[in-house]
Amino acid sequence: MIKTALVALLLACTTIVGQAAERGTDPLDSPRWSDMRKEMFPASAKVVFDERVKVTAPLTAENAMNVPVSVDASALPGVREVLVFADFNPIVRIVRFEPTGAQPSLGFRIKLQQSTPVRAAVRTSDGSWHVGGTWVNTAGGGCTLPSTGSASPEWQKRLGEVSSRVWARKEGGERIRLRIIHPIDTGLAAGIPAFFLQDLDLTDDKGKALMHIEGFEPIAENPVFTVDIPVARASAGYRVSGRDNNGNAISAVIDK
Amino acid sequence: MNALPRSARALIALFALGWTLLLAAADRDYGLSPVRIADDTWALVGRSEDFSLSNGGNIVNTAFIVTRDGVVVIDSGPSRVYGEQLKRAIARITDKPVSLVLNTHHHPDHFLGNQAFAPETLAALPATIKGIHSEGGSFNENMYRLAGDWMAGTEPVAPTRQLAAGPLAMGDHRLELIALDGHTEADLVILDRSTGVLFAGDLVFNGRTPTTPHADLPRWQAALDRLEKTPFTTLVPGHGPVAGDAGPIRQTRAWLAWLDRQLRQAAEDGLDMTEVLAQPLPAEFRGLAVVNAEYRRSVGQLYPAYEQRALSGERRKP
Repeated sequence: MIKTALVALLLACTTIVGQAAERGTDPLDSPRWSDMRKEMFPASAKVVFDERVKVTAPLTAENAMNVPVSVDASALPGVREVLVFADFNPIVRIVRFEPTGAQPSLGFRIKLQQSTPVRAAVRTSDGSWHVGGTWVNTAGGGCTLPSTGSASPEWQKRLGEVSSRVWARKEGGERIRLRIIHPIDTGLAAGIPAFFLQDLDLTDDKGKALMHIEGFEPIAENPVFTVDIPVARASAGYRVSGRDNNGNAISAVIDK
Repeated sequence: MNALPRSARALIALFALGWTLLLAAADRDYGLSPVRIADDTWALVGRSEDFSLSNGGNIVNTAFIVTRDGVVVIDSGPSRVYGEQLKRAIARITDKPVSLVLNTHHHPDHFLGNQAFAPETLAALPATIKGIHSEGGSFNENMYRLAGDWMAGTEPVAPTRQLAAGPLAMGDHRLELIALDGHTEADLVILDRSTGVLFAGDLVFNGRTPTTPHADLPRWQAALDRLEKTPFTTLVPGHGPVAGDAGPIRQTRAWLAWLDRQLRQAAEDGLDMTEVLAQPLPAEFRGLAVVNAEYRRSVGQLYPAYEQRALSGERRKP
């Protein structure tokens, strides 16, 4: 009896120590990491912190409605999907993308409610997840404020309008930047329902997939995306199509 | 005292300490000391910093002119407490009443001291008054976050008296009101023709990086061209030390011109905002106070418009 109790106690201690060790390995030392581990990945998945996953964002962000973030996983081979999330955001998931032909990198802007780690988890072809990230300090409030668009009738006329441009890159390949008119409301501001971009597909001029982007509520209003195309997939032109959570379609040709 | 048990004495001591701290908090002291910069003219120079809990928002310059018809105050500071302490500092120098308080523009550190002064003495350009009405509340909330207790009791008060450009005689001083814009939608500059002092408001920063939350960079530079042609002997910038020449005008314009070129080029080159933030600052600006923080803020405030121009043009699809 006593022996059983002792074993149970030891086991409990081991679990606690084990959890502490896992927390300790989080380079960002976030108290939310163990929750993130459970919420974002299957228990059986292999999840490692990996410096090859670069997340760039300002250490201090005065404007919590529009925090610039770039994710770059091009140092990792075999990238299948990238999930970007922020531990302390009321809506944790920010964006998920599958770089089927584009570089495994994406620039975008987000809303943050308070200071938080912003992380990118990269699933590679062997099924393992590689996590990188950075802390962003902010006075916050970005998620519970109404979008400026929601207060103005202007966006209704221009909803889904895409402006874009293609650049040749010095490093080879091309860069596409695009901006979509959309108010993007998180649903957390009183009386304003969630309204956000759900799916975006970027293809070449033959319709071959380059990047699939799944958006969530914390993407900033009138989102701007930066996508890089490797030399081998550069195309005479590109096309973007998608929809928001209300079924409004987005469709545009991206000319050079 | 000894008749009391030890625990009671400890409690009384704690109580006294609590009150002392509370009173200290209620009467925070900016240590305002007006410096005489010309006949009848004093300036109060704030620190070249960001708003913080330690400086209580006193990063701004205010000034006053003692005329025969009363005191003209230029900007009222970042909080009610500042305004009250400014009024007391004036009273130590003259027994003339404050007859006019000018808010040079609608940014919080220039008008949140208005509460300390009689409402009928407050005056500003029409767009400044409008800006205080529309944005004063959110500025004030933001200042509570940044400066904490120093803001106790502060509420935004908009002037009712609307100013227009032109001469304004105040007792023995011949003032010229100059209405410009670029730092905000309305930037009031005051030239005292009797002393040659030019109160430039936030169109001019000296040794501190300019702030740009409402900036129109080309219009701001045009305003500085105009100021450089204005004859003066003493220049009071909105932030940073008082100067005797146009150096701060040229310094402010050099920063704005660089910022404009930098952001336009970055947008034309297709840079993401994180890449713009990572760009190094030219050596000539690295000595400016809070340059890294202001560059970061300016990129966040201004880059989206440059991006938009680079992305649209004729390329936009119907």
